[in-house]
Amino acid sequence: MYDVYEIRKLFPMLSKGQLMQGKPLVYLDNASTTFKPQCVIDACDKYYTDMTANSHRGDYDLLYNMDKAVAESRKTVARFVDCKPEEVVFTAGDTMALNMIAHGYGVKYLKPGDEIIVSVAEHASCILPWFRAAKETGAVIKYVDIDERGVITAENFAKVVSNKTKIVSLAHVGNVLGTINEIDEIIKIAHKYGALVVVDGAQSVPHLKTSFKELDADFLTFSAHKMCGPTGIGCLIGKYELLEKMEPLMAGGGMNAIFKKDGTIDYLLPPAKFEAGTNNLSGILGFKAAIEFIESLGIENIHQHDVEMVSYAIEKLKGHDNVIIYNPDAKNGILSFNLKGIFAQDEATLLNSKGIAVRSGEHCAKILDNYLGTKATCRMSTYLYTTKEEIDIFVENLLNGGDILDAYFS
Amino acid sequence: MPISLNNEMMRAIIMDHYSNPQNKHQPSKDGYEKMHMHSDNCIDDLDIFLLVKDGMVLDACFDGTACTISTASTDIMCDLVRGKSKEEAQKIIDAYHHMIHEEEYDPDLLEEANAFMNTSKQAARIRCATIGWNAAEEILKVK
Repeated sequence: MYDVYEIRKLFPMLSKGQLMQGKPLVYLDNASTTFKPQCVIDACDKYYTDMTANSHRGDYDLLYNMDKAVAESRKTVARFVDCKPEEVVFTAGDTMALNMIAHGYGVKYLKPGDEIIVSVAEHASCILPWFRAAKETGAVIKYVDIDERGVITAENFAKVVSNKTKIVSLAHVGNVLGTINEIDEIIKIAHKYGALVVVDGAQSVPHLKTSFKELDADFLTFSAHKMCGPTGIGCLIGKYELLEKMEPLMAGGGMNAIFKKDGTIDYLLPPAKFEAGTNNLSGILGFKAAIEFIESLGIENIHQHDVEMVSYAIEKLKGHDNVIIYNPDAKNGILSFNLKGIFAQDEATLLNSKGIAVRSGEHCAKILDNYLGTKATCRMSTYLYTTKEEIDIFVENLLNGGDILDAYFS
Repeated sequence: MPISLNNEMMRAIIMDHYSNPQNKHQPSKDGYEKMHMHSDNCIDDLDIFLLVKDGMVLDACFDGTACTISTASTDIMCDLVRGKSKEEAQKIIDAYHHMIHEEEYDPDLLEEANAFMNTSKQAARIRCATIGWNAAEEILKVK
C-alpha cells in the first residue's frame, strides 16, 4: 500500500495550499474529474517544449519520434486494460468514443425493430447516442431494471434480452451510486443472443482492474481525466474485427490511404481509420504518464483505498437519522446522499462555503429519479489521494455545518 | 439597501419565501405567457407565468422544482412585478441584476429582493438567483 500523504505532495492542486472560500480545499468530486500529478503535467508540457511535431506524417526525425511516442502510449493503454495495441483508438474522451460506436456501428448496422438495451442509471453519454441511433434506424430502446441496491444484475438483464437485441450499452460502474454491475455475466448472456456489448468504463477503469480480454466486451470506452490524466483525451477499445467493420465518424487527413475524384475512399486500417485530423498529442503523452503513475501505485491499491475512504464515511454517518445514504453498500469511491428536508443543491452550496467540493444534481442520469425517490442527490467521490482527515471534515460539516443560508450570511 | 434590513431579516425573508412560496402554483386561468427554464449546471426546472395586458403585468406565478435560492428569488420576483407596468417591471429586473453582479443599484426598487445581495459569495448560485428573473425578462421582451 502506498503512503497517501507522500502521494499528495506530487499533486500541485493538493500540495500548494489551495483554498476555496478561504478554507483549505477538500476535493471530493473525483467522479467528475481528478487532479493531475506533476509527472502528467510535465509529460503534457514536454510535447510543447521539446517534441512538437505532427504525427503520422513522417519525413524527419521529430515526426518519427512523435509517431514512436504515440505508439508507446497506445501500447501503455493496451497493457493497462489488457487488449491489443491496434484495438486502442484515441478519442477526445469517453463521450466521443460512445458516439463513435453509436454512429459507426449502430447507425450503420441497426435495422428497424432491432433492440438496444440500456439502463435507467446510465449517464447521458451512454444513452443519448443510442437514442439518436434508434431514431435514425428505427431500432427500439429497451431498459434493464436496476435492483434494490442499484445494481444491474444478470437476472434482470436476462428478462429483457432477446433475439432482437443487437446492442447492449451499459456502464461497468454507475456514476450516481457507484454500484458495480454484473457486467461479466451480462456480456456472456448477450453474446448467446448474438448481441454486442458496449461497456462504458468511465467510472470503472480508473478504479478497478479491467481486462478487455477477460471481460470479452466488444467495446470499452473511458476518459483519461478521471484517472489523473489530461482532459480532451480518452479511448475507444474495440475488438479488432469490429473496428474493421465499423464506419468512422470523422473523415479527413490521416485516416485514408487513397481517395479519388469520383468519391471512392480507401480507409487506413484501424485504429488510424478512426483518428482523422491531428490527434491530441500532448494529451496522448499525458495519458501514458497517468497510466504509468496509476500502475506505480497499483490499481488494486487504489480501489482498496477508495473502498476504505467511503466505508469510513458511511461508518461515521451511520445512526444519524437526518442523513439519507442511497448506496450504503458502496464498494467503490462514490457516496450518494441527501440531508432530510434539504435540497441537494443547498447542501452542496453549504459544503462549498466550508471549502468542500461535492456535486449535487442528477449527475447526468436524468431518468434515475424514480428509483431514488428524489430528483437530486449530493455525490461525494474519492480517489487515490483522499485522506481520512478530509472525510472527517466532510462528515463534521455535513452533520454540524449549520443552516444552509450560512453560506451567504457568514 | 434599506438600513432596517439586517442579516437575520434577510435570512428570514429567504426561508419564508422558500418554505411558503405564495406564488408557486399554476395560473388559475388562461392568457398567461409561459417560459420554461432549467439551468444546465443544476436541477432547477421551473415554469414562469406572466399575465401581461395593455402594457401591465397583471399577475405572475411559477411552478416546478428548485433549490432554496431559485424558489425564494422567483417567488419574490412575482410579488415585485405584479401590478407594475412593463417598463417599471423591467427597471426592477435591471436593478436586481445590478445587485447580483455587485454593481450600483437602487435598493428601494427591490424591497424583499434585497435579501439576495450576498449571492455573489456563492458565485455558483448566481444562476439560481436569477433564473426566474431571466424568464420574466424574456417574457416582457416578446410580449
